[in-house]
Amino acid sequence: MASGAEIIRKIKERIEEVDPKEVHELGQNGNGAVIVDVREQHEFEESHVPGAVHVPRGHLESRIEGAVSDRGKRVVLYCASGNRSALAAHTLQDLLGYEDVASMRGGITLWKDRGYEVEVPRSLTPEQRERYSRHLLVPEVGLAGQMKLLDAKVLLLGAGGLGSPSALYLAAAGVGTLGIVDNDVVDLSNLQRQVAHSNDRIGVPKVDSAEIAIHEINPDVNVQKYPVRLGADNIMEIIEGYDVIVDGLDNFPTRYLLNDASVRTRTPVVSASILGFEGQLSVFHPYEGPCYRCLYPTPPPAELAPSCGAAGVLGVLPGVMGLLQSVEVIKLITGAGDTMAGRLLLYDALGTTFTELKVRRDPDCPICSREPDAISDEEMGVFPDYEAFCAGAG
Amino acid sequence: MSTIKIPPVLRASVGGEKEIEASGSNVGEVLRSLAEQHPATESQLFSEEGGLNRYVNVYLNDEDVRVLDGLDTNVSDGDTVVILPAMAGGA
Repeated sequence: MASGAEIIRKIKERIEEVDPKEVHELGQNGNGAVIVDVREQHEFEESHVPGAVHVPRGHLESRIEGAVSDRGKRVVLYCASGNRSALAAHTLQDLLGYEDVASMRGGITLWKDRGYEVEVPRSLTPEQRERYSRHLLVPEVGLAGQMKLLDAKVLLLGAGGLGSPSALYLAAAGVGTLGIVDNDVVDLSNLQRQVAHSNDRIGVPKVDSAEIAIHEINPDVNVQKYPVRLGADNIMEIIEGYDVIVDGLDNFPTRYLLNDASVRTRTPVVSASILGFEGQLSVFHPYEGPCYRCLYPTPPPAELAPSCGAAGVLGVLPGVMGLLQSVEVIKLITGAGDTMAGRLLLYDALGTTFTELKVRRDPDCPICSREPDAISDEEMGVFPDYEAFCAGAG
Repeated sequence: MSTIKIPPVLRASVGGEKEIEASGSNVGEVLRSLAEQHPATESQLFSEEGGLNRYVNVYLNDEDVRVLDGLDTNVSDGDTVVILPAMAGGA
């Protein structure tokens, strides 16, 4: 019976071996060849040859076609020292019909000894890999998308009806930083719909209550708390540095203020509003689509703009709308799919109807028809007498 | 005849209906027909000068009439006119 070492030696005689120098000369784009790392996951994650694709030897037969579909293409395999890649090269050549296969002599060890650079990929911890495993399985999210989520900073305006479900699900999804702006405390009448809060946190500031709920789901989320009322004096400072803003505000003046500020910072806003059994949803992505003022140039008078406090709302409705917002946030961050920019969704819970309307950029929009630098602090959110007018509507 | 979709804030003015059938060959006529059937809606839809209030958005099917011909936009049988005021509720 031949020894393992003897088999490897014999196989090496039957395949082409190339020196790391030759592989290095191919350059990072491979110059027509595909460089395949056949080591285990943890070895690949530690460091690998720049531009290499990863197909562990144990999954070679089932996965190589996904990485290299053209059997006529030059394939250079490597492992740690050149043995596993020789065996893999043999398999590709003799069993799978790949025509131009080589194994890199000495593996990545020799590559490093020669002083060639390696790529050290960012990766998830084993705990994160487990936690986000269902995201990793979805190609539209995957490892790259999950990394984007972990790097993302999302600002929630309001930790109320709309903000609560967003806070919980975005935390669960692994959004790295969640900012929360809310100057209210938890009230018993909130608990019919504001699911981030709880009975034993009545009287607690909503930002603190939401932080507790977020960390119960995902302790890794960095929570930034802003227990303030959003105003012209603080909005630019607060929204600076966030990638996406989730608008769950409960009044018009602040919605217009937010719009004008977010146009200045070019930050996309995922906007929803609710009343009774009906909800509206859209994405306002400055300069790529319409802004809030393009859709609603002027707020309605108070009698046509009742608040949930005054008119009531089905408790589940902000859950539905808040989660539709969360989906838009994830898409904006990962780049997957098509967002609601340029579209307005109307949801009628009583009739279970969804109506979609087109929203166009207004070429004469008082805000987004201009460059961000041209918009001044003084004109943000401005409407004659509006603040006083709707203060009564609460 | 076309169908007008009535937003929640206007329903009290039309006896609680969600949809109202109205006649008219353009958007302006259809909305005038609504105001005649339900006079309480008139001041909410139209300004004193007779134009559409700026805070009321009107769509013919899924398109904003502001990018069509405004109140002069032709309406065909079976079209839907959507009246949409802004909502700000979030809490």
